Amino acid sequence: MSSAQIEIQLIGIVVAAACALPGVFLVLRGMAMMSDAISHTVLLGIVLGFLITGDLESPWLLFGAAAMGLLTVSLTELLNRTRLVKQDAAIGLVFPALFSIAVILISRFARGVHLDTDAVLLGELAFAPFDRLMLFGALLPRSLVVMSIILVINLLFILALYKELKLATFDAGLAAALGFSPALIHYGLMGMVSITAVGAFDAVGSILVVAFMVAPAAAAYLLTDKLERMLLYSVGLGALGAVGGYWMAHLMDANIAGSMATVIGLLFLLCLLFAPERGLLATAARRQRQRWEFAQTMLTIHLLHHEGTPEAEIENRLDHLHDHLRWEPAFAQGVVQRADERGLVRLENGSLHLTEAGRGLATTMLTEKR
Amino acid sequence: MSLLDLLTSLLFDHTIRTVALGTATLGIVSGVLGSFAVLRKQSLLGDALSHAALPGVAIAYMLTGSKSPAVLMLGAGAAGVLAILLLINITRQTRLKEDSVLGIVLSVFFGFGLLLLTFLQRNPDARQAGLNTFLFGQAATLLTRDVITMAIFGGLALLFVVVFWKEFKLLSFDREFGASLGLPMPRIDMLLTTLLVVAVVIGLQAVGVVLMSAMLVAPGAAARQWTNHLGRMTLLSALFGALAGVAGALLSSLGTGLSTGPVIVLCISVIVLFSLVMAPNRGLLWNYLRQWRNRRRLRTEAVLENIYLMSSQHDDPSHPHAITALEAVSGAGNVRRSLEELQRRGLAVPYDGNKWALTAEGVRAAQTRLQPAQKDEK
Repeated sequence: MSSAQIEIQLIGIVVAAACALPGVFLVLRGMAMMSDAISHTVLLGIVLGFLITGDLESPWLLFGAAAMGLLTVSLTELLNRTRLVKQDAAIGLVFPALFSIAVILISRFARGVHLDTDAVLLGELAFAPFDRLMLFGALLPRSLVVMSIILVINLLFILALYKELKLATFDAGLAAALGFSPALIHYGLMGMVSITAVGAFDAVGSILVVAFMVAPAAAAYLLTDKLERMLLYSVGLGALGAVGGYWMAHLMDANIAGSMATVIGLLFLLCLLFAPERGLLATAARRQRQRWEFAQTMLTIHLLHHEGTPEAEIENRLDHLHDHLRWEPAFAQGVVQRADERGLVRLENGSLHLTEAGRGLATTMLTEKR
Repeated sequence: MSLLDLLTSLLFDHTIRTVALGTATLGIVSGVLGSFAVLRKQSLLGDALSHAALPGVAIAYMLTGSKSPAVLMLGAGAAGVLAILLLINITRQTRLKEDSVLGIVLSVFFGFGLLLLTFLQRNPDARQAGLNTFLFGQAATLLTRDVITMAIFGGLALLFVVVFWKEFKLLSFDREFGASLGLPMPRIDMLLTTLLVVAVVIGLQAVGVVLMSAMLVAPGAAARQWTNHLGRMTLLSALFGALAGVAGALLSSLGTGLSTGPVIVLCISVIVLFSLVMAPNRGLLWNYLRQWRNRRRLRTEAVLENIYLMSSQHDDPSHPHAITALEAVSGAGNVRRSLEELQRRGLAVPYDGNKWALTAEGVRAAQTRLQPAQKDEK
């Protein structure tokens, strides 16, 4: 590995980690699309900052962009509070308008400057190692320095306000009742999303910032119920996606950020399918098991109901279950076989008898219901 | 250039006319389908769908080697439908909220498209991948042929809306009732969403990914303010969409280097803003006026009650009182204006300059107002 390769992967990991932290709270609070809106409108902040300072390197651009992110949030809320449009429409109205203003401003006033819109939307990681910055006597890649600072800010914010964030996320009403300001926490979080989006789009572009923020967090949400673990897992998944994505792009000779987003998407897909409890396969298997168990319980209750009565000869037969419980013959066969294996029933010449265990199950189920 | 010149160029300049026709078509189709999206709280679906179209475009090009709009549009449409299926199923089967799934589908599809496109061109630099058209659209390069393609696809989508009008209306307002009537609501949902994909695909070429979402949200959101009637809302939304399309095409033809997409979005945003403020009944201005009028009425009635209550201490219901006394009792608000209002209605008269008293009619009015309250006290 060349040093440039290592640096690109490092930047990828830091971007992924910095994005995953606020991403967890966005996913939990149902505000994932806010990251999409903010990552677009920061462009307007950068353009305005550039038009005022005339310097594309000025740190004020970052502040302007972060402020524009917060402005997006408050405009959306303002619009939402009029009750004239719904939340989702408010987002969909605000960010394209601000973004359009940015695009028009660039084409009118900032032409010929290195500030093209596709660069903002798409980013380019491959060039990141060439843009270097002198720090502590070492020449470091600018993105790496910027994103590391943002990662530290995000970490400090979450560590300092962990309890408040947790409470406000899972029980906003209680948080407000206990005197934590939900607005302050909300805007703190949105500020974190804004500066992260600003720092990250240089490297991966604004559209893929959304992938880094939302997908690892959503995947982690399928893996665990604990907030600490969810934060850890989403950072881990994001970093894995960044490194895997880099090598896939290397092999395919294709765009690095796009490749990272694809790998993160694949990781999400893996979690979606195979997550131990919440994955699709686990859910399907659980449903299947519950279906059989329920049917077996039904069978024991049916048998108990007719046991010892004159109709028992007719009712408690395998071939009668279709008429009585509306079971397909194959399904009835399966249920009886499983119940037999569990020692709940015995099958003798096509007629069914409860065992002691089966009678016990049916009785408990019937009494429990009462 | 004067307005007249603009209109002349709309009629006689072939390029501008073609562009305006194209953007107007887009405005109408996305206006109609967008009103359903806005009503069904799916405003951000258009955003996700337009981003999700990229890998479809790339794969269509990979399979056919053709860059003709119809082929690429089919690819984009297929990717959009796949995105919707994923979206619906993941949201239904897991505990993830819809916005998370939207964000994932949007960004991962887009990233995958970017990967494919740069891979196909053997050039990892995304900026040179010809993505500009996809991101911002190129309305200025629309040809008559493109406009006809857009009109055919769009016309078909609108025809479907007309044929399934009743079903779509049910879907938007009372899905359960529709299901109880035995209508296949999931399939109707899928049809309407597929039509939304058609609108997105039509729009991509003209305004691009980023701004397509605005075209699906804004006309509907603006039209919603003016009416509570679905038919009227849809027509109005189509009109707003078309208006913004034509205005955007004309305005961007004025300036050099102004891309049409953002100008159209700004036009429709202005329409939205105007609607939010000015629309009768719902609009902010209207609302403000109504609140102001209500507040004034309540204040006037409070003053009426207060004079009556104070006078009843004097065995003379028409006993005059100084304004300052009334102000002390009534609290904030302009007491004099309320008294003048009462005078206009013949309920109070000024007395000795700064004093006011109730007329006989005013006493009766105050008594009827206070009667139920006094009964409660007993």
